[in-house]
Amino acid sequence: MGRIVLEQVTKSFGDVTVIPPLDLTIEDGEFTVFVGPSGCGKSTLLRLIAGLEDVTSGAIRIDGTDATSIPPAKRGLAMVFQSYALYPHMTVRKNIAFPLRMAGMDKAEQDRRVEQAADVLNLTDYLDRRPGQLSGGQRQRVAIGRAIVREPSAFLFDEPLSNLDAALRVGMRLEISEMHNRLKTTMIYVTHDQVEAMTMADKIVVLHAGRIEQVGSPLELYRAPKNTFVAGFIGSPKMNLITGAAARQHDAHTIGIRPEHMSVSASEGTWSGVVGVSEHLGSDTFFHVHDTGLAETITVRVDGEISFKHGDRIYLTPRADVIHRFDDKGDRLS
Amino acid sequence: MARSVTTQRKTLNTLIAWGIGLLIFFPILWTILTSFKTEAQAIADPPVWFFFDWTLENYRVVQERSNYSRFLWNSVIIAGGSTILGMMVAIPAAWSMAFVPSRRTKDILLWMLSTKMLPAVGVLYPIYLIFIKLGLLDSRFGLTIVLMLINLPIMIWMLYTYFKEIPGEILEAARMDGAGLRQEILYVLTPMAIPGIASTMLLNIILAWNEAFWTLNLTAARAAPLTAFIASYSSPEGLFYAKLSAASTMAIAPILIIGWFSQKQLVRGLTFGAVK
Repeated sequence: MGRIVLEQVTKSFGDVTVIPPLDLTIEDGEFTVFVGPSGCGKSTLLRLIAGLEDVTSGAIRIDGTDATSIPPAKRGLAMVFQSYALYPHMTVRKNIAFPLRMAGMDKAEQDRRVEQAADVLNLTDYLDRRPGQLSGGQRQRVAIGRAIVREPSAFLFDEPLSNLDAALRVGMRLEISEMHNRLKTTMIYVTHDQVEAMTMADKIVVLHAGRIEQVGSPLELYRAPKNTFVAGFIGSPKMNLITGAAARQHDAHTIGIRPEHMSVSASEGTWSGVVGVSEHLGSDTFFHVHDTGLAETITVRVDGEISFKHGDRIYLTPRADVIHRFDDKGDRLS
Repeated sequence: MARSVTTQRKTLNTLIAWGIGLLIFFPILWTILTSFKTEAQAIADPPVWFFFDWTLENYRVVQERSNYSRFLWNSVIIAGGSTILGMMVAIPAAWSMAFVPSRRTKDILLWMLSTKMLPAVGVLYPIYLIFIKLGLLDSRFGLTIVLMLINLPIMIWMLYTYFKEIPGEILEAARMDGAGLRQEILYVLTPMAIPGIASTMLLNIILAWNEAFWTLNLTAARAAPLTAFIASYSSPEGLFYAKLSAASTMAIAPILIIGWFSQKQLVRGLTFGAVK
């Protein structure tokens, strides 16, 4: 079990309020991702749940029990850190067994669980090495192994993949998703990478300056962002936000159109502009279009390979059914 | 870009380094040599270097006249005791300053260090009077406490810089893994900080062993350590250089041997944090 409820939780460091009153429920078995730019309070929120920081006010309930003043050791949660935080003086075996040893489990059971975790994580050949002798990816696996052996009620991940190179990151992302499918345990995952958020989450919590901007499934956030912040943050490349006359035509202060929701033509369209940088990925092509009179740059995504040269004039037509409308405060208009 | 150093330059550097090294070591070497001379040879002008009648007479006389082992035992108790007692205070203090710092932590560290800038003689009177009142004069316990307090700022500073190097996330990981404060310090912090703790203890033993101001002023006979043993040979009734040298050699020998075997640790301790 691992249902985590935050009730009016706040956090201040001295006079600085990092988290204003916040309510959030994370259902048992859910994969929840906290996403937001650096300094948005997502790591602080995770540390509050872990118990590594004390809440300034409010309450945290884990499976119905008030955990607000329970020390981290007794909350039954496991955490994977960005820096892995392995014990450098212990072998991989001892690292993974450490939480079991702290729980006073008998040696035979400790060994059995460590062997089992090592088997799942492909660490069997490395059990007698020390963390210093492992690669980044292997260290991350040890950190995950240390978390899974104790069968926690929830896993907390604090940007666990940011220290890995791009290829490894994609692999580990899949492994963590796979692990969630297998264990069905609650997971809370903090990242600033919206691709990780979109691909892994059951539920995304978008944070900005300590406030929750929106909570929803990846596709809910993609299809109906509540405000311009979420609109700009979720989706890659970013949604184009346009103000002025073009927005007024749609009875809005700002309109948003995703790069993939526009068609491109050399001869006709709603808007026109001049091609700046083009990025060719093979599977699709991104054009950064200037001089449209709408915004400084409009980004557009086209399937496959189309070549327009730098300086070519092109025409863009947005799909009418996916234009997002926002008021002057940046909130979504229905 | 690596700097190119010619062989000539290297040789010169080596010679200069040896020269400076010998210059620094010379007083100790001279003391050791003198301890094997007769009193006449010890004050001979011009001085005799290596070619004299080597004799153990001075050591025999010194051992006869004063009870070396009693002074040695006092030194061991005072240096060892003040170190162990100091570590019991310094480890928790450095832990809290390194891992749960407050806004005033830096000020406290500087304030502690500033006490080392005060000349010891400035507080001789108050401490002497306190010792009389408490009946601690010439007691090993009193001296242990004083030396512990005097070296505490250095111990805390050294441990603090060591602990600062240990990533806080590792301790947090231990907390998440179910370790209480005691287990966190015992199983995670201490093993990771053992080199730092060892060199701090070592340095402190050396400082306490060689401390002469308080050990001479607060002891008479019972608690007198090796520093007092040396001092007793520089008496106004006439200087006996050879015997004084023999006493000095006997006093510094134990600490010199410890220092020699642990020089790697010591250097690491003193330069820690400067070079990573």
